[in-house]
Amino acid sequence: MRKLLFKSIFANTATTDAPAPSPAALEELGKQVNKKAKALLGRSLAIRVVDAGSCNGCELEIHAVDNAVYDVSRFGIHFVASPRHADVLLVTGPTTRNMVTALKRTYAAMPAPKWVIASGDCACDGCVFADSYAVEGGLDAVLDVDLHIPGCPPTPTALLQGMLALMTA
Amino acid sequence: MSKNLQEILRGTRPLASQHGANRHRVDTERWQLITGRLGRGLDMLALWADPAEVHMAVRASDGGALVIVSHKIKDGVFPSVAAHHPAAGLAERIIRDLNGVHGDATPDGRLWLDHGNWPLSAPLSPTPQAAQKVPPYTFLGAEGEGIHQIPVGPVHAGIIEPGHFRFFCVGETVVRLEARLGYTHKGIEKLLEGKTPLQAAPIAARISGDSTVAYALAFARACESATGTEIPERAHWLRALLAELERLANHCGDVGAICNDAAFALMHAHFGLLREDILHAANLSFGHRLMMDVIVPGGVSHDLDTAGEKVLRTLFDGLRARLPDLIDLYDNTPSLQNRTRNTGTLSAELAAKFGTGGYVGRAAGREFDARKATPYPPYDQLDFDVPCLEAGDVNARIWIRIQEIEQSLHLCDAILGRISKGDILVPLENTDTKPREGVALIEGFRGDIFMWLRLGKDGRITRCHSRDPSQYHWPLLEAVIENNIVADFPICNKSFNCAYSASDL
Ligand code: SF4
Repeated sequence: MRKLLFKSIFANTATTDAPAPSPAALEELGKQVNKKAKALLGRSLAIRVVDAGSCNGCELEIHAVDNAVYDVSRFGIHFVASPRHADVLLVTGPTTRNMVTALKRTYAAMPAPKWVIASGDCACDGCVFADSYAVEGGLDAVLDVDLHIPGCPPTPTALLQGMLALMTA
Repeated sequence: MSKNLQEILRGTRPLASQHGANRHRVDTERWQLITGRLGRGLDMLALWADPAEVHMAVRASDGGALVIVSHKIKDGVFPSVAAHHPAAGLAERIIRDLNGVHGDATPDGRLWLDHGNWPLSAPLSPTPQAAQKVPPYTFLGAEGEGIHQIPVGPVHAGIIEPGHFRFFCVGETVVRLEARLGYTHKGIEKLLEGKTPLQAAPIAARISGDSTVAYALAFARACESATGTEIPERAHWLRALLAELERLANHCGDVGAICNDAAFALMHAHFGLLREDILHAANLSFGHRLMMDVIVPGGVSHDLDTAGEKVLRTLFDGLRARLPDLIDLYDNTPSLQNRTRNTGTLSAELAAKFGTGGYVGRAAGREFDARKATPYPPYDQLDFDVPCLEAGDVNARIWIRIQEIEQSLHLCDAILGRISKGDILVPLENTDTKPREGVALIEGFRGDIFMWLRLGKDGRITRCHSRDPSQYHWPLLEAVIENNIVADFPICNKSFNCAYSASDL
């Protein structure tokens, strides 16, 4: 283990430069997130992720945001285990009917002020699953969404740009 | 086909409409003879239903071709398979929820996918009924002094798919675990109906995001099997390259994540970098990090150019240079092995009985890999080993993955060395003449994925069924956690890494 740690100290850093906040996200947020909210958000963001029936592709890329290359925590952004600790609810998947109750309860358990991100084409509009009897066809049908991050799945860079927009909007 | 199976099927003829596999209509006597041998010389690969018939894909455990047998459904009832073969339990519950028909002596009558939230019930039946009132779920439970319950999910502390786990414990020790799934059910089989293969392909590719290449491959091969389409040689080799890249990415992610669940973050960080490199290279060479929608019916949609090939070669060299240190680290960290050895042990007997595939089966003595057992191009021309261990614990499942990473790297080299120039895509043939059925069995990173479909006279899908390896892994996960402590559940769970989306469909 020492050998590996030693090597890592002298290796080039794997982390990429910070991307600029997404202009589209800034525009969407500019309309919604008011001054007070901005002050409250400050310089950190606690995110609770809920998979509302995704194919798990979106989760894979959210995990990637946390790896050493994208290293989301350097921006003060953390994924938290409980909705009680969260500022932001980030939801993936086409909002399956079987997840609606759990999703609403998770949102209700978050302290205000709180924001909601629909992440991925599924959460934005249901993607290829939109016409199914088993889904709501997107998060807007269930919660008020502050920010939509499209993509199938959104790349780690796109996710970062969206999250950074929420912090700088 | 094994002699036993052959003997049972004597006097029946394969149906003309089936191409990729023989499908036989059988009477109750033959059906029951087959069901009685499941787990004892015969493996069940899938169980699903049409309005009029229930179908079962079987194969002799000691080798041979895949055979589909069909039994008619009378007044909504068919002879139960689960009554004799526990591995069929989930499939039979799914059939009841989606098709509205049930096994006559089915051992578990509880609803599974239908939580009472859909606007209808039995969505796959020709006459779906109004939504049913679903009673609160009753867990099987455990009785005894001091037994307490721990409910977990469907929303978990980590970033994973949703499902509910109910632990029954005495102190720290788990007496029984029951998983309650269905939260990610998206009605995929219904969505596929009425679509042409090309319209349906993007849906099939999203059955499970981590296995998008594998599902796209299974679906494409089932379409090609049904229509008798021969795809170009180069497409076969590109498909294998894509499949091995997906296996590499997932196995790297898994090894790191399993160690992370033992609080060994260093492995997670390093394997996370390897995984990231693979996805980055996939994006550069095939235009998408997860390689979604690259495999399509008829071939592949994105060719690999010289620049892409160079990216991949650099990737493979890099992985090969960095892996040995990490494998050493795992091998030489006793505190980590202390968590993985003798934890979540699956017996070889149970693995064989369930006919379970993937790293779960191969870590417990069942040497089944669809790339070898039912070879498809180009694996029939490639030389590789299928690692197999006996211990059946978390440690064995890690080692299987590590050895498969090495095998995949070796396969990728061989593929790049032998792939020749040429076309990559052809249109499907015979899509509008008569009803046709096709089948595919391919090896995803989790294990063997089964796909069956039927095209109608107009070339549109009238029924499509897929079976994920997790359908067998879930009940086995429940079995292996018994007598382990609650704190070891995450590491056991991650070492299985069962699919939710692909199981719930
Ligand atoms: S947006 Fe794409 S990757 Fe994300 S859950 Fe939906 S299908 Fe999967």
